[in-house]
Amino acid sequence: MSFLTYLINGLSLGSIYAIIALGYTMVYGIAKMLNFAHGDFIMVGCYVIFTICSTLSGNTFVGIIAAIIICTLLGVTTERIAYRPLRGAASPLAVLITAIGVSYFLENLALLIFGADIKSFSSVVKWNGVTLGDGSLRIQGVTIVTIAVSIVILIALQLFIHKTKEGQAMLAVAEDRGAATLMGINVNKTITLTFAIGSALAAVAGALLCSAYPSLSPYTGAMPGIKAFVAAVLGGIGSIPGAMIGGLVLGIIEILSKTYISSQLSDAIVFGILVVVLLVKPTGILGKKIQEKV
Amino acid sequence: MNKKRMQDQLITYGIVIAAYIIMEILILTGNLSSHMKGLLVPMTYYAVIAVALNLCVGILGELSIGHCGFMCIGAFFSAFFSKVTENMLPTPIRFFLAFVVGIAFAALFGFLIGIPVLRLRGDYLAIVTLAFGEIIKNVINAIYLGVDANGLHMSLKNSMELGLLPEGEIIVNGAMGITGTPHDSNFTIAVIVLLISLFVVQNLINSRDGRAIMAVRDNSIAAEATGINVTGYKMMAFTISAAIAGAAGVLFSHNITSLTAASQYFGYNASIMILVYVVLGGIGNIRGSVIAAVILYMLPELLRGLNNYRMLIYAIVLIVMMIFNWSPNVIIFRKMILSKFKKRR
Repeated sequence: MSFLTYLINGLSLGSIYAIIALGYTMVYGIAKMLNFAHGDFIMVGCYVIFTICSTLSGNTFVGIIAAIIICTLLGVTTERIAYRPLRGAASPLAVLITAIGVSYFLENLALLIFGADIKSFSSVVKWNGVTLGDGSLRIQGVTIVTIAVSIVILIALQLFIHKTKEGQAMLAVAEDRGAATLMGINVNKTITLTFAIGSALAAVAGALLCSAYPSLSPYTGAMPGIKAFVAAVLGGIGSIPGAMIGGLVLGIIEILSKTYISSQLSDAIVFGILVVVLLVKPTGILGKKIQEKV
Repeated sequence: MNKKRMQDQLITYGIVIAAYIIMEILILTGNLSSHMKGLLVPMTYYAVIAVALNLCVGILGELSIGHCGFMCIGAFFSAFFSKVTENMLPTPIRFFLAFVVGIAFAALFGFLIGIPVLRLRGDYLAIVTLAFGEIIKNVINAIYLGVDANGLHMSLKNSMELGLLPEGEIIVNGAMGITGTPHDSNFTIAVIVLLISLFVVQNLINSRDGRAIMAVRDNSIAAEATGINVTGYKMMAFTISAAIAGAAGVLFSHNITSLTAASQYFGYNASIMILVYVVLGGIGNIRGSVIAAVILYMLPELLRGLNNYRMLIYAIVLIVMMIFNWSPNVIIFRKMILSKFKKRR
């Protein structure tokens, strides 16, 4: 039974990675850039919820909504100020270094405002969860909610992309930006929308992450952000179901290696997987092979 | 090599040597506080690793954000070597061999990491180097190594698991790292290492191989079409860069009493700080990296009040520099302004 518990915990962590990875993979697929600051959007979302829940109204729901709104604005603003001027720059490194700069900026801003001490975050899920069997298998409420939320988000995103005009525009921009422009698609607007969705997802992921692992510091988002990127690469970057599968696989591997191998080496194992995937199948599980054209 | 390039190189060496002489005079005349004296070696090894990173980012055109990982490798392998051979070899020979060990292992890891990554696009390299830096840190924090009459003992659990004889010595103590590495680094040696790395990098840039590397950076498909071995040259530049970072690590570990694989030295943020040196000094400008590393390392120490805002300012500098230098619109705007000035004349 304990194995099953770990597996479910892994699924829960994996669902969080999947939600973060969805944001990464959409931005990467459509804007063709690696948004390094994505993990830090999570941290910003967590601090917003923390501030609202502990000082202002105290209502969790208000906190989550506020976090989603602020993260969305943050994502759109960042894209407008820092990333858009560099679209079409001669060197692909330019936007990557800028994204690192944004990540560094957010971390250090949070450090200045909230200090380096670790805040204890109270779970946004008040439900205690269920006990199955003869009490040997306890599943926490936050675990169930996390898995459910990630499934809902996946379905909603798939519907959005395949059924709405905006979603089709995203696919078109991802496929060929130049041709999309010629077809009358507003590329800038589409990319802004992508950032907005990705950042909103980051806020949701933040709420769930800090509910499951209730310690909040300016560096909370950095590691999960990088691991979610690993998940996105594992699933095939640019692919939405791929991000989901990659996230779940990574979460399960991380929890199981933490339990059965070594808690200190679990990060090393997760990153080792990235190296192996890039070596064996660089396009990931569901990724498409793209030939570079001259 | 043409005359202008030669001059350019000599100016770089000249600046380093002049700075060294000024510092030595300040020390001899007693005008340098002991706090500042303690900063000289760190300042120099940060300049060394900035040169290494600039070779990777500016010349090879691949963004590595795990260069501190190579520094970590160099630091730990050389410190381990020095600890084991502390009473066997005279200091100069031991320190020289420590450099050989540190550089060789950093180069080896650079080579091994380069195999999977350099065949891929730049964004992946950034993430994998970052991941690699974290792996190194985690693994070293989990390793326990001891030595006794029976030879080496290793464990991944704790120091008791080593099963050492009573007179045995724990060398690498997990998260506690290596303590009591001989204090062999000094400013003179550090400056010599900096000069050697500058010599290596600048000569590489001006050689046939260097031009091939830059051709790969500018257009790898075109380079391949002209018969350049793209992966080979990428590996070469990356390995050399890792080796130089390893040399910085050797200086680091022999300048500190207790060496731990802590994030503040070898983590993501430390690597970003070095990236800031490189970006501010000018990507691809080796001399700029040295100057930027020295100024940016010394500045916060001189302006203590700014320390809290230092990282924030670095972040803003990073973003603004990139947009100013690379944004297509800003480039057009800059050209417009410049042409107006020219007309007036």
